[in-house]
Amino acid sequence: MEEVILARIQFASTTLFHFIFVPLSIGLVFIIAIMQTMYVIKKNDIYLKMTKFWSIFFLINFAVGVVTGIIQEFQFGMNWSSYSRFVGDVFGAPLAVEALAAFFLESTFIGLWIFGWNKLPKKLHLACIWLVSIGTIMSAFWILAANSFMHNPVGYTIQNGRAEMTDFLAVLTNPKLWVAFPHTIFGSFATGAFFIAGVSAWYLIKKKDIEIFKRSIAISLVIGMVAGLGLAFSGHAQATYLMHAQPMKMAAAEGLWEDSGDPAAWTLFANIDTENQKSTHRIEIPYLLSYLAYSEFSGKVEGMNTLQEKMVEKHGEGIYVPPVKTTFWSFRIMAGTGGILILLSAVGLFLLWRKKLVSSIPYLKWLIPAIFLPFIGNSFGWIMSEIGRQPWVVYGLMKTMDAVSPNVSAGQILFSLIAFSVIYACLAIVMVYLFIRVIKQGPHAKPKEDVSASDPFDLGGVQHAAK
Amino acid sequence: MQLSELWFVLVAVLFVGFLFLEGFDFGIGMSTKFLAKNEQEKQMLIKSIGPFWDANEVWLITAGGAMFAAFPHWYATLFSGYYLPFVVLLLALIVRGVSFEFREKVQSKLWVSVWDWSIFIGSILPPFLLGVMFSSLIKGLPIDEEMNMYAGFTDIINPYTLVGGLAFVLLSYLHGLMFASLKITGSLREKSKQMALKIYFVTGLVVVIFVILTGVYTQAFVEKGWILYPLYGLTVILYLALYPLLRNKKEGFSFTVTGLIMVLVTSSFFIALFPNVLISSTDLANNLTVYNASSGQYSLKIMTFVAATMIPIVLGYTIWSYYIFRKRVSHKELLED
Repeated sequence: MEEVILARIQFASTTLFHFIFVPLSIGLVFIIAIMQTMYVIKKNDIYLKMTKFWSIFFLINFAVGVVTGIIQEFQFGMNWSSYSRFVGDVFGAPLAVEALAAFFLESTFIGLWIFGWNKLPKKLHLACIWLVSIGTIMSAFWILAANSFMHNPVGYTIQNGRAEMTDFLAVLTNPKLWVAFPHTIFGSFATGAFFIAGVSAWYLIKKKDIEIFKRSIAISLVIGMVAGLGLAFSGHAQATYLMHAQPMKMAAAEGLWEDSGDPAAWTLFANIDTENQKSTHRIEIPYLLSYLAYSEFSGKVEGMNTLQEKMVEKHGEGIYVPPVKTTFWSFRIMAGTGGILILLSAVGLFLLWRKKLVSSIPYLKWLIPAIFLPFIGNSFGWIMSEIGRQPWVVYGLMKTMDAVSPNVSAGQILFSLIAFSVIYACLAIVMVYLFIRVIKQGPHAKPKEDVSASDPFDLGGVQHAAK
Repeated sequence: MQLSELWFVLVAVLFVGFLFLEGFDFGIGMSTKFLAKNEQEKQMLIKSIGPFWDANEVWLITAGGAMFAAFPHWYATLFSGYYLPFVVLLLALIVRGVSFEFREKVQSKLWVSVWDWSIFIGSILPPFLLGVMFSSLIKGLPIDEEMNMYAGFTDIINPYTLVGGLAFVLLSYLHGLMFASLKITGSLREKSKQMALKIYFVTGLVVVIFVILTGVYTQAFVEKGWILYPLYGLTVILYLALYPLLRNKKEGFSFTVTGLIMVLVTSSFFIALFPNVLISSTDLANNLTVYNASSGQYSLKIMTFVAATMIPIVLGYTIWSYYIFRKRVSHKELLED
């Protein structure tokens, strides 16, 4: 039992950490590609400066995203060998295709892009960054194709004691994939957009390099708005989809123990009492849950107690209710951050339209902490999605407790958990330090100096490196 | 040929490709400590693999993905059974991967030295661990009838596997030196060839000892002697030919030869394994083979179709990128980008 808990902590922590960098990379490279496109079309050097400045963040971030991703590919086999044996036939294929179709593309063309500024014709060089962007998006598609199988297994048959693929097209047209993929991509665009908006706001408040940053903030607010609305619509699609695919998750996300009335009210806040299976002090918005679930203002939603009985009937004795509080609150945090992002983009675009954006210091000040909102939303979205799936690792087919490696001891998992946590903590500190440093240096920093000529006793450098 | 056999070949090709390509990246990483005498030389070495190393590493990721998709049992048994070595391998690849990006971001000696050590450790540990892994694979590992591996310390680390690991480290280093002599101009080009001559004999010796130990510790020659004898014979001939090539400054040929040696030695493991993918030291009946460890026919068919479409495209742009960066790295060029 201990192994299951440790392996879950490890998977959750390494994956959540990895998913700090992934959406930022996907979002940043897309916006950078837009900036470089504007440079190639308009031939204005200001766009070149923007491209080069934002790419410093992207490249640092990309490197950390890549190395934390290697663990992802290996740990299915390391900690979850029973799972790997059971689903490898279906689940392995999208992972292999991801490497073939996406990883090679992005890693080759990012090399060509970084080192090709003076070697490639302008348009070809521009094509390289777009191919990197396409690579990151394709990578998201294939990994979500694999993940969607865990939520809604399709295109398989149980044979030889495992799930064997019978229909690859069904895996690729999995309805779960087609609600999760746009949602993830919009989340990523929002992450990149609000990062650029927040950093730009800091410069605009300081009145530095206004030409560069007012353009950056305008581009990012437009993308932020599109992404925010996209998140809302694709999020709604997810909820409607969940209603019939994983009703238990939806009921847990609502803290709904008993069946709702018809029409169902949406709970804004509630005090969840898991011991007595009650949710008290509800603040409700009438009709809204029916709308979320069915896109119309009627229809009742089944509660966890009813669903638990149904699941026992279908799958045998067991507890099929996921951790309710985590699912409930993760959903609200995610949806809340999304709402704030839409609001912030709307206000920003309004100020931009009235040509007051650069002088609206109070608004710009709000954009700086807003950098963190998409990260919070991304993480809690995944927590809701994966915690809400419990006790299943593959919904309806395999339970998480049966998925771990039988030959790996708790001690080994604990050792790797500590090792990865320590190295991840170091990476996080270094990254934050480098980001702050790049922001302080600004877009006019000399790109490269001869390190051998620098002062070896440079105090600042020593202090930071010692961290 | 069955599809599962084809996929065994493909997985082997991915590992072979990985060691051929990333082999020289590892060698360059080792050179930053063993060969470079100053900051400028280090930067030139790093720059020579700058555009390539990331894509080269993807060969390993793809090998892992292909294993997962085509041989779920091989993937599950190997990765869980080899738990701690893989943890160390991952840590090494993590620190190395970020170092190339981080090292020149801050001009402080301590900062640079931290990332220099990360590059070095991250370049010397992976070939060592992979060499250890490959040799223990053909030696056999304790695998039970449930396909689970319970490997103790001495199953993984023993005289034979240590020599295997050392052989891969030295071959990678030699291969990296050849890459440096091919891609860098100036005094470093000359120095890398001198260094290659210096380690020529010891590397040859270690590889020969490794082949002899393979005869002692494994069944490889008993079953596959008809192909392994000529293969190792060819390796020895190539290795002997390397010496005059090095002395006569034939850089392109030298690099090709070290690359071929890498390919032959790595292939020999897979040839020795086939049709097994994992050999059980407790009971041969527990061996995992390409037949009992593979995915179903449908899955393999789909994967074959995808691979046949994607691999030519990937190879195409990979070659194109090497063509774009065909120019030698010079001191002047360091300040250009």
